[in-house]
Amino acid sequence: MKTTEKRSREPLFHVVKRDALPWYKAMLIRVIAVAAAVLLCSLLSIVMIEANPFEFVKTLVDGAVGSERRLWKLAKDAAVLLCISLAVTPAFRMKFWNIGAEGQTLIGALASVAVAVYLGGKIPEPALLVLMAIAAILAGAIWGGLPAIFKAKWNTNETLFTLMMNYVASGLVAYFLVVWRPSGGSVLGRLDFGHLPVIFHEYFLIIAITIILTAAVFVYLHYTKQGYEISVVGESENTARYIGINVSKVIIRTMIVSGAICGLAGFLIVGALDHSITATTVGGLGFTAIMVSWLAKFNPLIMIGTSVFITFLNQGSSQISTNFNVDSSFPSMIVGVVLFFIIGCEFFIGYKVKFRESTKSQSQEVVENESDS
Amino acid sequence: MNPILDFIITAIPLGMTFLFGCVGEILTEKAGHLNLGIPGIMCVGGACGCLALKMMYKTGMPWPLVVIIAILASLAGGVAMGLVYSFLTVTLKANQNVTGLAMTTFGVGLTKFIMSKLSIKSIQYLYALKFFRFPFHNRTDALKYCGIMVFLGVAIALAAAFVLAKTRVGLHLRAVGENPATADAVGINVTRYKYVATLVGSGIAALGGLFYIMDYAGSYEAYKSIEAFGWLAVALVIFTVWKPHLSIIGAFIFGLLYIAGSRIPTLLGIEMDMSATPLLQMLPYVVTILVLIISSVRKKRENQPPASLGVPYFREER
Repeated sequence: MKTTEKRSREPLFHVVKRDALPWYKAMLIRVIAVAAAVLLCSLLSIVMIEANPFEFVKTLVDGAVGSERRLWKLAKDAAVLLCISLAVTPAFRMKFWNIGAEGQTLIGALASVAVAVYLGGKIPEPALLVLMAIAAILAGAIWGGLPAIFKAKWNTNETLFTLMMNYVASGLVAYFLVVWRPSGGSVLGRLDFGHLPVIFHEYFLIIAITIILTAAVFVYLHYTKQGYEISVVGESENTARYIGINVSKVIIRTMIVSGAICGLAGFLIVGALDHSITATTVGGLGFTAIMVSWLAKFNPLIMIGTSVFITFLNQGSSQISTNFNVDSSFPSMIVGVVLFFIIGCEFFIGYKVKFRESTKSQSQEVVENESDS
Repeated sequence: MNPILDFIITAIPLGMTFLFGCVGEILTEKAGHLNLGIPGIMCVGGACGCLALKMMYKTGMPWPLVVIIAILASLAGGVAMGLVYSFLTVTLKANQNVTGLAMTTFGVGLTKFIMSKLSIKSIQYLYALKFFRFPFHNRTDALKYCGIMVFLGVAIALAAAFVLAKTRVGLHLRAVGENPATADAVGINVTRYKYVATLVGSGIAALGGLFYIMDYAGSYEAYKSIEAFGWLAVALVIFTVWKPHLSIIGAFIFGLLYIAGSRIPTLLGIEMDMSATPLLQMLPYVVTILVLIISSVRKKRENQPPASLGVPYFREER
């Protein structure tokens, strides 16, 4: 009687938290997840676009790194993505869920375009560029700082606040486009002024700036007092308070840093790449950046890898959509599926599934218990 | 026609798009899950409905059946998306923000893909529109904008409000969202509640996409704007402080605000600067931010987000 009762109570499996997994094992799990995702995608591609899986993988790789031009494009796109990812990271380490990078970057871009529109040609180009950068950084800092002030003072939900700020930013862009081009529809042509100089290659400067920024953010987070404070607040606000950290100040300061880097990214997009602005200039990168940062466990150095990886997938799968003549939405589906797998596999890194021990050994155990009593 | 009446009656069905998404999101958030995949889910719901309509177009089925099957297909699409989300966030305890954003990326992509393959001619949409606008499609006055799904939306919102406020299931659901550990201790199956709430919520949200394509817009291209409406639906949840019955009014106000830019000049007989339109379209978001701030400053207990919103529940963690 007793044995059956005991057996029915024990579930088939239960989940326990793992101690830290050695890095190579964690890496292996992630590699398996990505491989499984690519396998699933190539199988899907057979059904959906009638491509054979080998062709699929070949086109994916070729589209991403197949030529010198594609390599440069990969590096450029990854750099822009990395720059925004670096921006969101300090806030995330503090468990402040800033999903407003999109808006913070856009408002930075808008501010630098505004400076170029109003002052372009009136002051020397280097001064203009400096002003554009300052305006962008300030705008981004305000956009990021505002939700932080309310979070710090009244605990206003930051995820929803920053999300809404994205749309206010894109509304402002739409507004200024109408103001600047009252008759010509809402398209701003190529700016004549405020172009960052070209060194070596069109994309070299933005890549170089991003690399420097990566190092700076890494040092800031890992080797400064402020970076340490961010980590403590992220782990436990109560602990932070107990050891005398002013939590409100840290929250506001960190979000201003976050927003400022986003603004800088906006300036780089305008000054080095687009030389113009639309409401979709950032094009969802602010959201992708969140995933880049999260995948790298908020470590700036690992983020170099994750941003290249996501850009690789995007660029490779848009080549697939061109070659196989399918809709340009194909990349976002591929990226989505791969992300699902990586998000899912994190569970197996953090937790362990323990299955019920075999019924034989269990009943022995029960017998032993009974004999004990 | 009276322009004021026309303004109002156009805003009602537009608001319905937000209402479906909003009620779905409220149910999910009440279980403690911030589902940022709602825009993607709404898109997929629209696409699945269209897929079903495309398949049934030639079979000559009686139209009530066509509409019902389209709605069911849309529901199924939403539930399938919700299943992916809840498997990742409930069972695998993944980060909700990241998972939700990935859902939206995927859902929007999938929808564009399906719609590009479908290439339904506009005539088929008009055919569908006629059915979805039952019983008012023959009218020429303002009522012609209202269809069967408008009533369905209001009914769902009221039902959700009733379940949340008056039933044991609703009480348990709210308990799970506020403090899952306590709910677990009193014997509520937390995992089941989280799953069911997310799946039902996703299904309801998906209907918003179908409604927008098939009823409000009635055009093939309409799927492109659903994502933006999805985010507005998430905003509406805050605006209506997590109460489904308030969201009916909230949806209407959002609808008014959204089309105010194009309507107010004719309504007041004034010439308005073109630049005012984007500013007016920004209003719903600004108002939402204000509501968010005010409700957090006032700290009224019943107007707060569910306490454990966004926090994964792991029983063995203390």
